[in-house]
Amino acid sequence: MTAIDLGLPGLSGLAGVPTADEPQKAKDYKSDQEVRWCPGCGDYVVLNAVQSFLPSLGLKRENIVFVSGIGCSSRFPYYMNTYGMHSIHGRAPAIATGLATARPDLSVWVVTGDGDALSIGGNHLIHTLRRNVNLKILLFNNRIYGLTKGQYSPTSETGKVTKSTPMGSLDHPFNPVSLALGAEATFVGRALDSDRKGLTEVLRQAAEHRGSALVEIYQNCPIFNDGAFDVLKEPDEAAQRLVNLEHGKPIRFGKGDDGAGEFGVIRSGFGSLDVAKVSEVGEDAIVVHDAHTPDPSYAFALSRLSAQDLSHTVTGVFRSVQRPTYDDLARAQVEDAKASKPADLQSLLRGKDTWTVV
Amino acid sequence: MSTRVDGDAAGSARPGGVKLDRVVIRFAGDSGDGMQLTGDRFTSEAAAFGNDLSTMPNFPAEIRAPQGTIPGVSSFQVHFADYDILTPGDRPDVLVAMNPAALKANIADLPAGGTLIVNTDEFVKRNLTKVGYDANPLDDDSLAPYQVHQVAMATLTQGALADTGLGKKDAERCKNMFALGLLSWMYHRPTEGTERFLREKFAKKPDIAEANVLAFRAGYYYGETTEAFAVTYQVAPAKLATGTYRQITGNTALAYGIVAAGQQSKLPVLLGTYPITPASDILHELSKYKQFGITTFQAEDEIAGICAALGASYGGALGVTSTSGPGVALKSETIGLGVMTELPLLVIDVQRGGPSTGLPTKTEQADLLQAMFGRNGESPVPVVAPQSPADCFAAAIEATHIALKYRTPVLLLSDGAIANGSEPWLIPDVADLPDLSVEFATEPNAPDGTFWPYLRDQETLARAWAVPGTPGLQHRIGGLEKADGSGNISYDPDNHDRMVRLRQAKIDGIEVPDLTVDDPSGKARVLVLGWGSSYGPIGAAARRVRKLGHAVAQAHLRNLNPFPKNLGDVLKSYDKVVVPEMNLGQLALLLRGRYLVDVISYTKVAGLPFKAEELQDVLTDIVKGVDAA
Repeated sequence: MTAIDLGLPGLSGLAGVPTADEPQKAKDYKSDQEVRWCPGCGDYVVLNAVQSFLPSLGLKRENIVFVSGIGCSSRFPYYMNTYGMHSIHGRAPAIATGLATARPDLSVWVVTGDGDALSIGGNHLIHTLRRNVNLKILLFNNRIYGLTKGQYSPTSETGKVTKSTPMGSLDHPFNPVSLALGAEATFVGRALDSDRKGLTEVLRQAAEHRGSALVEIYQNCPIFNDGAFDVLKEPDEAAQRLVNLEHGKPIRFGKGDDGAGEFGVIRSGFGSLDVAKVSEVGEDAIVVHDAHTPDPSYAFALSRLSAQDLSHTVTGVFRSVQRPTYDDLARAQVEDAKASKPADLQSLLRGKDTWTVV
Repeated sequence: MSTRVDGDAAGSARPGGVKLDRVVIRFAGDSGDGMQLTGDRFTSEAAAFGNDLSTMPNFPAEIRAPQGTIPGVSSFQVHFADYDILTPGDRPDVLVAMNPAALKANIADLPAGGTLIVNTDEFVKRNLTKVGYDANPLDDDSLAPYQVHQVAMATLTQGALADTGLGKKDAERCKNMFALGLLSWMYHRPTEGTERFLREKFAKKPDIAEANVLAFRAGYYYGETTEAFAVTYQVAPAKLATGTYRQITGNTALAYGIVAAGQQSKLPVLLGTYPITPASDILHELSKYKQFGITTFQAEDEIAGICAALGASYGGALGVTSTSGPGVALKSETIGLGVMTELPLLVIDVQRGGPSTGLPTKTEQADLLQAMFGRNGESPVPVVAPQSPADCFAAAIEATHIALKYRTPVLLLSDGAIANGSEPWLIPDVADLPDLSVEFATEPNAPDGTFWPYLRDQETLARAWAVPGTPGLQHRIGGLEKADGSGNISYDPDNHDRMVRLRQAKIDGIEVPDLTVDDPSGKARVLVLGWGSSYGPIGAAARRVRKLGHAVAQAHLRNLNPFPKNLGDVLKSYDKVVVPEMNLGQLALLLRGRYLVDVISYTKVAGLPFKAEELQDVLTDIVKGVDAA
């Protein structure tokens, strides 16, 4: 196999990872450790969703590794009956990069939060995404620092009053999906912690994607930022705000009389997108979602449909394109070198210019 | 013992000349003049001829400092001899100055009577003014104490290349090879190797290759035909131990040591690193050896470099990271994670002048305490320091051996002097290299039939190492405190106290060889004890002190953590212990704290190695004082 053969469409993110002989159940993925998040934390829901979803991949558990940084969500690996490392603040993508490069037979998952991934670890996140290392990043976004007891985070809305910002926060927040697309991530998705079906579908596609996959999960912190995403969970509000993407389908949402959605996403201005009433612009004007669009600008425009106010929250898979992965290419270089040059240590040590004393 | 020279590098040398036992030559010029290449080639010629040698490059941190200025001066000093030498030499016997700045920056080091070869073409008013010469030193008597040879190197080179069709500028650029040719003639050096080298180096530009060869020959013939150089010199091959040698720099030897460690452990190697002076050459070297199963990852920063290495180690590879002091500062938290997760990891610190950005291209030994203690909490790591360029090979293997056997990060402290300096290396036989193979855990090990990652080997205290992919041994590790044995998170006070002591005991118990003391007289009352790259000047100084009729014992520490078990006894058996260091007394602090021995700390932090002469004076004074007492 040479470098150019790699990373072409069709090669699964799970290629090379051994599959289990026996069917698995969710409980097979539960470790013997007691889960210690606060009652009502969104992390429980995500943990359950992941434990329920993994058996469908049919992988050997010992070939799955969860690597996390620091923060509430980063306790995640302890609760998984797989291999796992709870590392240091912000560095999980870098550790996972080394692991994924060294071990093509592993399915490597990173669990991180908005502070861990976007603040202290922002550099590693963008570089992992641009390299397209074959690992899956679950970014639990609760828009607050939980483990340090309630300071604003890089995704908190401007003006947020917290322990460290009694007069309101000043920083402009990151939109994690926009950031990932700016780094030319090959797979970017978003889901709500409470939407088991939607989350599972995004996770499934992420697992099968060969390359870096960033999945932003809106997750409620009941202690320090309770209700941050409530408007997306109340049925009437949700219908007006949630824009769920399906590849190949027109992007429509809202309670339409015909059940197809009152609103749709249309093209507007210089490559940006906007929301319009389908009855006013006509069905033909509605953008048909193409997650495989090579240019990340389209997915970026989707991520900008609304600001942090959640007025139009896009979920599903924004972008899923194929590009050779860093780890596949790095291994291919090693294999190419092995095939073309002898690994003769004595000859290396001897070198070209020697002299002998007798 | 007879000495014969042959092998790939051997060339034929012109016989004759005044016999000398040793010579130190310093090539100095503008940083764009190719002085490092010139020095390196002269070194290769000396190696090919069978001399013992030691080199010291000295160059500015700026890639191209303003032309013709003192900060832009780059030099390369080579010491070659017919016996085993230990240092690149305190002072040059011959100084080659390619411009006024090089003369001004280096002339103070040339002893009276020394030979000075000057490229006169650069000694024009503009260049002289630039470095503060009011008058041309070639015209007044300021250089009277020296044997001065004025050579219009640029003009002569351009003349020699007039028929090649090469532009004036390109032709002038070959003047460093003219200088090399001249020196090669003066010292009866073989020339075939340099001509072959130039043709290989410029294989893609044959006209440039030939121009350089022509310039090299022009310099050689200039020496032969002009009568300015009445005397030539011969330094016979050195009587080194038998075997096959090559010349090697510390960074190359370190890279080879890592390749060998990978082969001997049968583990793939992942170097995660970020470019930094003076460590980058380790990355450059290793990136060429992928056929040995080596992956080199140039990360986005120092932290990602070490994290990727640790991630690879977690996956069962040999994780390595290379950096200098500022990079170690950034990597500290990850080294701590390596201590807590008890995973093997090789951390190479090629020390440079500090603090902060400091002196990137100069040498220093001031990261010892950073290596020992530069992390939060009780976070012990083994520390290994090579003593010379060639010793970097063995040090890399030893450090890897400790990392794998005891499951721990290991700090390897090289420095700028040995990283870029070179010396002959007795090429080891691969069959003699140690077996570094490791056993991964494959079976449950706990009484309850599960796998406990923190059950320890009773002898080494190393924990069981199960890599992902091993069926049935799924477990989680991390930076939180572990319960002794099971490895589950534990906040229990007694458990924490026990684990802190266990981690310390594991490092304290690492087997390291006893310290050997060199005292030919057997009567010394003064011990000089060093560590790392100061081995050369300390050893040379000890020899000189003994030549003066005094007894002095010398010992050198390669293992800084843990110390050799006999170190305390050695220290206590001398009236005085002198500890020279290129820092403000970091080893001295450790020795005083650990052994309650009031060592005499001699320190210098000038960015350059010690001179044998200054250490000789220090030691002589102390020895005389003890003898008089």
